[in-house]
Amino acid sequence: MTLSELEQELGYGSAPEAADRVSEWLAHHKGTFGHWIGGTWVQEGELFRTCNPATGDLLAHVHSADSEQVDKAVRAAVGAFQEWSATAGFDRARVLYSLGRIIQKRARFLAVLESLDNGKPIRETRDIDVPLAARHFTYHAGWSQILESRFQGYRAIGVCGQIIPWNFPLLMLAWKIAPALACGNTVVIKPAELSPLTAMAFAEICEQAGLPAGVVNIVNGGPETGQLIVEHPQIQKIAFTGSTAVGREIRKRTAGSGKSLTLELGGKSPFIVFPDADLDSAIEGLVDAIWFNQGEVCCAGSRLLIQEGIASSFLRKLRARMSKLRVGSPLDKAVDMGALISAEQRQRVCQLIEKGRSEGGEVWQPSNDMPETGAFLPPTLISGVAPSSTVAQEEIFGPVLVSLTFRTPTEAIELANNTPYGLAASVWSQDLDTALDVAKHLQAGTVWINSTNLFDAGAGFGGYKESGYGREGGPEGLRSYLKAMEGLEDDEAKTETAKPLLIDRSLKLYIGGKHVRPDSGNSYQCQGADVPLGNRKDVRHAVEAATTASRAWRQRSAPERSQILQFLAENLVQRSESMAAPSTEVVRAAEEAFRWAAWADKNDGDVHAVPGRYVTLAMKEPYGVIAAVAPGSGSLLSIVRASCSALALGNAVIWLSSEINPFAAFDLAQVMAISDVPPGCWNLLSGPTEPLAGELASHESVDAVWCFQEAVAEIVERESAGNLKPTWIASGKAQDAEYLAHSIRTKNIWIPYGC
Amino acid sequence: MDLTTLAGDDTPERVRRLCHKALWPIRPQLAEALQLDPTRYRPAAVCVYHEMLETARECLKGSGIALAAVSTGFPTGLTPFAVRLAEIRSSVDAGADEIDVVISRRHALRGEWEALYDEVKSFREACGAAHLKTILATGELGTLRLVAQASLTCMMAGADFVKTSTGKEVVNATLPVGLAMVRSIRDYYETTGFKIGFKPAGGIRSAKDSLDWLILMMEELGEQWTRPHLFRIGASALINDIERQLDHYAFGRYAASWRQPLP
Repeated sequence: MTLSELEQELGYGSAPEAADRVSEWLAHHKGTFGHWIGGTWVQEGELFRTCNPATGDLLAHVHSADSEQVDKAVRAAVGAFQEWSATAGFDRARVLYSLGRIIQKRARFLAVLESLDNGKPIRETRDIDVPLAARHFTYHAGWSQILESRFQGYRAIGVCGQIIPWNFPLLMLAWKIAPALACGNTVVIKPAELSPLTAMAFAEICEQAGLPAGVVNIVNGGPETGQLIVEHPQIQKIAFTGSTAVGREIRKRTAGSGKSLTLELGGKSPFIVFPDADLDSAIEGLVDAIWFNQGEVCCAGSRLLIQEGIASSFLRKLRARMSKLRVGSPLDKAVDMGALISAEQRQRVCQLIEKGRSEGGEVWQPSNDMPETGAFLPPTLISGVAPSSTVAQEEIFGPVLVSLTFRTPTEAIELANNTPYGLAASVWSQDLDTALDVAKHLQAGTVWINSTNLFDAGAGFGGYKESGYGREGGPEGLRSYLKAMEGLEDDEAKTETAKPLLIDRSLKLYIGGKHVRPDSGNSYQCQGADVPLGNRKDVRHAVEAATTASRAWRQRSAPERSQILQFLAENLVQRSESMAAPSTEVVRAAEEAFRWAAWADKNDGDVHAVPGRYVTLAMKEPYGVIAAVAPGSGSLLSIVRASCSALALGNAVIWLSSEINPFAAFDLAQVMAISDVPPGCWNLLSGPTEPLAGELASHESVDAVWCFQEAVAEIVERESAGNLKPTWIASGKAQDAEYLAHSIRTKNIWIPYGC
Repeated sequence: MDLTTLAGDDTPERVRRLCHKALWPIRPQLAEALQLDPTRYRPAAVCVYHEMLETARECLKGSGIALAAVSTGFPTGLTPFAVRLAEIRSSVDAGADEIDVVISRRHALRGEWEALYDEVKSFREACGAAHLKTILATGELGTLRLVAQASLTCMMAGADFVKTSTGKEVVNATLPVGLAMVRSIRDYYETTGFKIGFKPAGGIRSAKDSLDWLILMMEELGEQWTRPHLFRIGASALINDIERQLDHYAFGRYAASWRQPLP
């Protein structure tokens, strides 16, 4: 084309990135990949195909692992664990550094390979996926050296089974492997069967970096292979990123196994625009929120909430912007959107779009040029959607935005939180007061103010509610790969029996600040006393009381909570004579209450040192309602320790007393009642442990469960799968840091600056 | 492009050289290799100080290249108001087709929007039929918010173009500032229906840089805003780098800087 012709109409030509090095690499491997186990390739198992979703072309054949190969991989990881976990921090750091550096040195090759295997545009793999993957290794290289100073009393967990999704294959691999290795764990990882190739390239990088054989093992396959990993008895930890449905299944299957579990699941993240937002910037933010990676992002800002007064002008701007998005060959450097992962995924998304239309939503797609074949979809807007529409509730995982309106900030928060998910949120307002107020009240693990989809190895990422638990990135992410060593003191040995009484004592449940009889009207005999026989309805009442109370309790200032706990300590000592526990233990319990009172206003959050112009606040927020299953001993000390730690950090507590040693809990209820602990903040249930623990764990308004009895761990973990509440199977020997960690979850708030 | 020289040591010969480059921006062998008419690809205007207008007018006569003069006490705009108005009139009388004025930064910095509006309105009237470009000197405004507010005020007061910088501030044309200005232009167009032009100036030296600005216009405002009646880049060195890239396109090898005739 001559310059004169070019001048007639200004536009974008094609700017393809070359794929020849990837073709050579595939040819070098003869188009077939096996598993990377113990530092060698294992070519075993049935073959499946991995294709380029943009063209449908076959890229490679890949072996699928069955139990034999998974066993082999786990054996390799077990074999490597002792040495790797004992390797000096600096030596682990050197290897992690190499992994990061080699990724950087092969950046373009990896970017092209990822784009081919996944369908995402080269612009994103080149500028986001690959650089961030490298950053995760170099960041965590540092942690392996300074781990001990920040996490005293913690050690590596063991063999980690990791299962990752197809939307960010290399990046998710890095998010999983880097912290695991930094903490001294070994790994068996399964890439998604739709996009396994960058993991294969990573295997070669491990070898080049000098990672000892068996520290990282990569097995390929589909859900069956994943299940083999999840259920493998020699794997101590499962880390999963994927759908909420599969996460729930994994929770059930690992219940009672003693495996540690972290889940990073689905989302339906709100993108909230206030009238005082920079609307043009918000439009650009929205493009990054929902059309980044074709919307195949767990934290995609897929629910647009616009203030009613600006809705029509905002949507007009949005449609104009959507008309400029370029959909096309993923290897074209000037393309905004590539292909979806597969024809099936495209079909699924199309069905949801039709569902949105049939439920009254207005579906709009720009008439942009589209490739004729391949799993492509245009950017899609469904406006006029109600919270009750299917498309407003379900995760679509495609380039589809739904829009709703709100009237006030309070309503925006209410609509934003009106979902089982809680992964991320984006808030747009130039008014700092409004933005921070909304950020504070959103139930989401990450909140981006006037920005969206920002990630860094130095800041934790993970969910609230059914978006999962555990964090990836930052110091909070390391917790997911460390196991607490136990404290020295064993409180479980102690038991207290009722003291002889002059007048008969009526033990009652304590719910909503009242001593009440159990719903059943029955009691059970324990050590010669009649103890209230709680049931499902008592659980319901207690949860209702705790839910209501927790809203106000978390808003109370930390110094106020601190003072109330100090007063509780005071009253414990005052009541010492009448309590079942020996006075020495009461004094120790008072000391314990005092200690948590101290923590109440000292468990500060962090400001993460992320690159770019952001203040990234890691705020520690209470869960809300924590149900605790008492240890068998039922000792006053254990009750005070657990209850006060949860209360100190702003949670309401439902205490299920020990079935066999319930008396100290009833004593504590008396003290709670006179210590200014607001009604409903601490509730007491008694009765048969197993059914009541199950009821508490399944109740969807209970936000977390602590279980101090291993015997009911399985039922607690299994029942928790309903709303995917985190569970803590704890021993009486747990150290303070563990109580602190399980009383809060981290919300990262990204605040950009610049004028 | 507004091919520009705005230096204290400008002389008639220097301006004549510049004008010649404006008339013949692509050397003959290169034009031939690219099969294009060398007179077709020329800067939209040559931009000089008032004292250089006469020389430039003579050189550019009949070429279709517009004659632009910086005015109103460029670059600071701190000469007496009456003098600034007189300066515009003198330049228009001397044949300037376009007048690049500087705004009083103090009005923006103090939030005196009405004063800024009145000032630009007076400049507009003094220009008569000449095109008015208002230079915001964004490097001295401090915030993007002020840049946007100043842009809108100038447009309301009758500016045909808003321009980023004089080239004399410490920080000149930057993309964030450009974004704030072109979005103001878009807002103004959507509200009033008037199309206002945009001129980034200062620090744009490479062809690659100029593409960033072209893409900015294309993406934010659309294709018509990539044409000279609505988009100019104020530059002096840029022309040589563009020629150099054309050289590469034509001959397939990287050209040395000395191969392009200087302006």
